[in-house]
Formats: sequence, C-alpha cells, structure tokens
Amino acid sequence: MTISMRPPAVVAAPAAAPPGRLSRFLTAWPPGVILAIAWIVAMLFVAVFADQLSPQGFTKMDLRARLADPWGFGGTTAHLLGTDELGRDVLSRLIHSIRMSLLVAFLGTLLSAFIGISVGFLAAHFRGWIEEAMMALADMQASLPFMIIALAVLAFFGNSLPLFIALMGLNNWERFARIARGLAIAASEQGYAGAVRHLGGSPWRVYGLHILPNIAGTLLVSMTLSFPEIILLESGLSFLGLGVQPPLTSLGNMVGYGREYMQSAPWIMLAPSVIIVLTTLAISILGDWLRDRLDPTLR
Amino acid sequence: MLRYLATRLLRALLTILAVSTFAFAILNLSGDPALLIMSVDAPPEAIEAFRKSWGLDRPMWVQYLHFLDNALHGDLGRSMRDGRDAFTVVWERVPATLALTLPAFLLKIGIGVSAGIFAALHRNAFADRMTMTLSVAGYTMPSFVLGLVLALVFAVNLGWLPSGGYGTVEHAILPVITLSLAGAAVLARFTRSAMIEVLGQPYIRAATAKGLPWRRVITGHALPNAAIPTVTVIGFMIGGLIAGAVVVESVFSWPGVGRLLVVAVANRDLAVVQSILLLIASCMVVANLLVDLTYGWIDPRVRTHRAAGAG
Amino acid sequence: MTAPLLVADAIERHYEVRRDGLLGKRRSLRAVDGVSFAVPPGRTLGLVGESGCGKSTTAKLVLGLVPLTGGTVRFDGQPVQARHDAAWRRQRRDMQMVYQDPLGALDRRLPVGRQIMEPLAIHRIGTPNGRRDKAMALLEAVGLGASHLGRYPHELSGGQRQRIVLARAMILEPRLLVCDEPVSALDVSIQAQVVNLLGDIQARFGVAYLFISHDLRIVRQVSHEVAVMYLGRIVEQGEPDRLFSQPEHPYTRALVSAIPTARGAKARERILLQGDPPNPVDVPSGCAFRTRCAWAQPLCAERRPELRPLADGTRVACHMTHGDIAARRAA
Repeated sequence: MTISMRPPAVVAAPAAAPPGRLSRFLTAWPPGVILAIAWIVAMLFVAVFADQLSPQGFTKMDLRARLADPWGFGGTTAHLLGTDELGRDVLSRLIHSIRMSLLVAFLGTLLSAFIGISVGFLAAHFRGWIEEAMMALADMQASLPFMIIALAVLAFFGNSLPLFIALMGLNNWERFARIARGLAIAASEQGYAGAVRHLGGSPWRVYGLHILPNIAGTLLVSMTLSFPEIILLESGLSFLGLGVQPPLTSLGNMVGYGREYMQSAPWIMLAPSVIIVLTTLAISILGDWLRDRLDPTLR
Repeated sequence: MLRYLATRLLRALLTILAVSTFAFAILNLSGDPALLIMSVDAPPEAIEAFRKSWGLDRPMWVQYLHFLDNALHGDLGRSMRDGRDAFTVVWERVPATLALTLPAFLLKIGIGVSAGIFAALHRNAFADRMTMTLSVAGYTMPSFVLGLVLALVFAVNLGWLPSGGYGTVEHAILPVITLSLAGAAVLARFTRSAMIEVLGQPYIRAATAKGLPWRRVITGHALPNAAIPTVTVIGFMIGGLIAGAVVVESVFSWPGVGRLLVVAVANRDLAVVQSILLLIASCMVVANLLVDLTYGWIDPRVRTHRAAGAG
Repeated sequence: MTAPLLVADAIERHYEVRRDGLLGKRRSLRAVDGVSFAVPPGRTLGLVGESGCGKSTTAKLVLGLVPLTGGTVRFDGQPVQARHDAAWRRQRRDMQMVYQDPLGALDRRLPVGRQIMEPLAIHRIGTPNGRRDKAMALLEAVGLGASHLGRYPHELSGGQRQRIVLARAMILEPRLLVCDEPVSALDVSIQAQVVNLLGDIQARFGVAYLFISHDLRIVRQVSHEVAVMYLGRIVEQGEPDRLFSQPEHPYTRALVSAIPTARGAKARERILLQGDPPNPVDVPSGCAFRTRCAWAQPLCAERRPELRPLADGTRVACHMTHGDIAARRAA
C-alpha cells in the first residue's frame, strides 16, 4: 500500500455538494491535528529564527530589574515575560531554550534512527551471530530505564554538549533496529529485494533504493514517537542540572533554575513548562494521526 | 511451565551480568578507576592500597573477575563524599524510595486500570473522551512539571501540603501522586484498548447471548482476558517508575535512592553510581521475572503450551 | 550440434538438519541429489515434479543463487558459483529468473517503467534516454503499451505484472531464462496468454528456458525436452510427446495418468500411488521411488538406478525399464 502524503483533492468536489466539502476536509484533517501541526511549525520557526526573534541576548543581565513581573501582571513591555534572578529577559531565554531543546531532540532522534536502521539492516543482511548480538544488545538496553543508563554515562564521562547529544542518540535505537530488521527480512529473498539481487544489484542498492523507501513510513512514525521522548528526557536531565549546562539554556534547564523562585516568580518556571507540554502533546497527536493514516490495523 | 521459568531465570542472570559488565566497562573507559573512585585528592598510599585491593595492576580479565567477586560480596568501593562503604550508603536510602514507589505503583495500577476499563465500557461517550484527553495530558507532561505545578498549587498557593522534605504522611502525598499519575495515564490508554479489543471478541457476544448478566460477562470473561496484555505492560512500566522516582525525589527533596543518584552523578561519586546501577538492574530483573511468572500463571496458553513439551 | 549453453553435472544440494529439536540426530536433507542435464541455446528444458521434489532448488543452483554441495554447473563453458562477487554479477547479464509471484517480485513503490530499466542502471548500460527507449521496446515485446511505463504494480493485473517481470528479466537480453512456476499464480485464461508470450520471446530473442512447473500440460506445450524429478533426482527425461504418450518410469506413468483427458477421448487408467511422499530427509535407499512403486523388488532397495538412455534416446532411471528386473507387479 503506497502512502499518499497528498491531502485529499478538496477542489474537485462536485457542484452539488459545497457544504459537504468542509465536513470532508475536517474528517481528513481533524482540528486537533491541524492545531498540532501549526504549533510544531511555530516552534520550528522560533527555533530557526531565534536570534532574530529574541528581543535581547539571552545572557544579558540587568541587575536592576531582577525578578520583574511579566507584562500584564505588573511588568513592562520591555520584558514581556519578566526577568529572572539575574535580570535576564525570560522571553529571550525561552526562545533560545526552544532552539536548544529542539536541536537536541532533532539530532538525537536522527542519530538513534541512523544507528538503529544501520544495525537492523546489518542484522537482517548477515543474520547469524550478528543478529544474535544485536538482539542481545537491544534486550540489554531495554532492561534498564534509559534515564538510569544516561545518568551512569554522564557520571563516568562528564558532560559536554556533543556527548550529551550522542547519549540522546542512544535512546530507543533498539526500537528502530527491530523495525528495520523485521521489515528487511520480510522483504528479502522471496520478494523484490531478492529479485534486485538476482538482477545483479549490490546490497547497497537493495537496502538504499528499495527497502529503505518502503519502510520509511513506519520509521517516520517511530521517529515521531521518539522525538517527544527525547524532549522529555533532555528536559528531565537538564532540570536535574545534569543535562544542558549553563551558559547554554534549554527548556528543562530553565525549569530547574526557576524552581527556586517558585513562590516569588513562578513564570520563570511555568513558561518553559508550558512549552514542553504543548510541544510533546503536539508531536504525539501528529504521530498518532500519522500512524492511523499509515496503517489503520496498527493500534 | 518449568522450562519457561528456567529460560526466564537464565535470561535474568545474563542481564545482570551484562549490566555489571557495562558498569565495569565504562568505569575503565572513562579513566583510571583508582583516581576516579578515590578522587584526585586522596593520598597516594590510599590509591595504591585501592589499586591492590582491586587488582588494577593485573590484566583486564582478572580485574573483571575481581570486580564481580567484590560486587557479589557487596564491596563496590567507597563513597567519595564521606568515605563510607558505597553500598551501605545506597542501601540505607532504599526504604525511603520504597515508601514512595510502592504506594505509587499501587495507585498507578488502581487509577490507570479503573480509568481504562471505565473508558472502554463507555466507549465514545463523553466520559470516554474526557478520560482519554486527561490521560494524554498525563503522559505528555514531564513528571517534574507535574510535580512542580502540584507543589505550586497545593503547597505554595493553598498551603495544604508541604512542598518538600521527609517525615510525615503529608510529605509523601504530593510525590506519590506525581509519580503515579504519569504511569496511570499510559496504563489507562492501554487498558482501554485491551478492553475494547476483548469486548469485540466473539466469545463476549456468545456470553451475553447465553443470557449472562452484563456484569458477569465483564468480571468473568472480559477482565481476565484483558488482564493478560495489561500485566505485561505493567511490567514494562516498572522501569518508568524507577526513572520517575529519580526526578520526583529531586523535585520534592525526598531522601531516597533517586535523589542520591542525582547527587552522586553531579559529584561524580562513581562508587555510589555503580552501586545504584547494579541495585536498579537487579530490581528490574527481579520485577520482570515476577511479571513473567504472573504472565505464565494467568495465561493458560503459556502453561499448557509448555506443558505439552512443544518447542 | 551446437555446444549446450547450460550444463549441470551431477549437482547436489544437501542441507544438514537436526531432527527432533536441539539434540536430535544429524540428518542430511537431500534437496537435489545428483541431477545432470544440458540445455541447448534457444531451446526449452521443462522440469516437472511434485512440490518438494527439488525443482526450485535446482533452479537456484543453476543460477548460482544457492551454493552447490556437489557437482558443477557450467554456463557457456564458465563455471557458475554462488559467490556474489563481480564475476557473478557479470553473469547476471546472461542468465535471469522469472518468479511465481509477480507482485512480490516488484517494488510496489516504484513505477514499473523504472523497474524494467533497473537492470540497465545496475550494469551501467546506456544513457537514461536510451534506457527509456529500451524499456518501451520491451513493453511492446511483452504485449503492453508505453502507457504502462508510469503505472504502479498494484494498478496492474496479475498477467500484466508477470509480463513486466518478464520485460525486466529480458531487458539485458540474457541467453538463459529460468522460469520458476511463472504461470501457477495466474488465472487459467491468462496462463495461455503468458505461455504464448514466452514462446514469442524465445523466437524473437533466441533465449533458452529452464521451465519449471508442476503443471504437466503446460510443460508439454512449451518444452523441447522434459525432465521429471522425484525427491531430488531425475527419473525420466526425453521428448515431450514421447514422454507423455508413452511414459516409462512408474512415477511418470502415475503423473501422466492423472492428467484429465478431454471428454470423448480414451480415458486413461489412473494409477494411484500408495503411501505418502517421503521426506527428503529420509530418502529411501537405492531407488527413491521404491516405497510407492507397484513394481518394486529387492534390487530396487540395494542399488540406485542410473539415468540411462533407452533405444530412442529417452533416459530413464529404473531397473525395470532397462530390464534389470522382471516386469511384474509386486505381490
């Protein structure tokens, strides 16, 4: 079944059914999904144009205006979301945090997908002990909650941003590996993959041009599941002070530091929290919807 | 059944071995273990003694065996902070964590399963949609956000409950609720779909056609069958509970193993981290084993399949 | 007489299996057990037999898709080995395969035109435009039109898909085409069309076929020579008309007797075989067929019959046919 990513042809409605058009459109594109996509697009926009959008530098301190209230709660328009304990503009920090968290989540997801797919394909291609080793590794990873594994690695190796992103890339690779391996095995020998090999095609061609495009849909859905997980993981670790380190700022980071001022300046903590929740919600909604469209038999 | 048990036990042992190897590997990869565990400031004689006792001058595989041997005897080095035996330091925090995780576990199952069943029985009605929306909110919200929000509302603004600390039941209420809600949300969703799938089966229709009252159909047929996949999911969620405990204990300053882990990681107190790692791995393995046992017990297909000697 | 294109010489394919789980005895599964034949250029050798007799495995051995455990295969004088190296890939240009399931053999995400052109891309032949022209020529040769270039496999019927697979296989102009049950999955009415098409292709391109099927009537129609397989061995081989009108080997007789005859024609006496087809793990000693043969005698258990020619050239592997034992039914 080919996956059609084109929206249904709304413009080709017969003349007699204009009222039907709207309800058909809403059925194919539920409002929740539209909102989710809109939110994700907005977040991506903020992440990409963070430098242009943020009113001030996110490290700029103004010690005379510490813990200022947000606009509308007694504050000025100079700081729409108020300031933190060092007088830094919360809105600017928020914008840059969005960029950092999305970046980490994005790179982490891509990395884990890459690792997972490569290992899965290798296991499917070579079978034998390579496959056994992969399954054993995957089981081992699944036997501990990843947060614990991450904490252990951070303890031993210290913390730097590239290491942290690499660590995020290890989250869930086994899910991608299992999918890739399963689908590759199903496609091989009896099917088109075998046929291309018989034609003289190299394994690269088979996996790259044939198997991978065919499983891309399922993998994409898995990525939409993995992405919010990494956001939650990263923000959790950053909240604990073990993730993104200052002077860099991330959403979890902000919540962590804002926690101490929960009573006097709750917005420092609430603003990033709201962003985290809405973003993971939006991606989850999108992922569910994609999965339903891709294969209604998948629960 | 025995064969099933035996294979599961074997896998459990192998997993613990694997995790120990992992701990050993990263310890050795990240630098000189003696310096790392004893810290750079320790006097040279202490470092030498440590090296001797851990056999760090011997070949790697000898060290590994030594490490395993020590671990089995509960000797995993000393905590950097106060020089006490690492394992003891960890072990004394366990009761506090249990005081949090056990009630949360029960609460999670209670809320999650009931909500799921409730939603499944009123499928597509308002009650169902409401429950599902709430549950989505539950699992997309990180536990620290939930904890902080609850603390903000109930502790800071309303002043009903303390916002952190340890000692009385009141101190435990918010952490337990926070810890259970995220898992409850996921469980609710899952239970709902399991129930819906079971309710759609022909034997349910046959049972009602027989004239059984709806209540009996649910308790006698639907629930037991829906329990089977649900039990496995609960098993998976134990890991989430542990990870959640780490965060929740930090949010509410609850002196349990989770909080200790965070502090130890921040201080790079590696002996303690290692001990906690092994402890958690053992717990997970035991928990999974229990889940497998329960699953094998409640699913008659597993029991008889194995008994018939197939496979 | 021209040199044969493909020569299989006592080829074997044995698998080591363990019966009864992890600790059972090691047995040898003899999928192909000493098969020899030759295919002349531009001619068709038909291979028939029941499921599990080793026909498909023979096809894979001949193409070098599965390694031999014994014997040799020579294509145009060159050995064929199952090593997926450059030499093997080079050989792909001369020998190709058509499969039983055309939908499975095609990538459902790509238009069929691209898939027909793919072999040219793999072997780096021609330019993109040239390849397109070639693909269109092949489409026309298999009886489809240029409009089919952009279609997807699921938009075509079973017969059309098989034509696409055929076009893809033929675009390199191989000299040997192995057809493994190419029409079994198609409707009966379509089968005839595809079989005729195969004949046209052979006439036009001069390609040799190894045609594998369990359907005797089709094999009779397309083949210049037929070989009957049983449990990994060839039991009879000869001209189709001779083989079907005057089968020699007891197994062939039973197969032929089961072919339905048109109403009015003389009804055949149906020979029913006793017992179940044995497992290729447990090949009976001597003649593999003896456990179901009505004429079996002690010699059949002791000595494996060789495939030897009779006076008219038909080769049979049976003691009775060659007169080594008396032709009487067992008590």
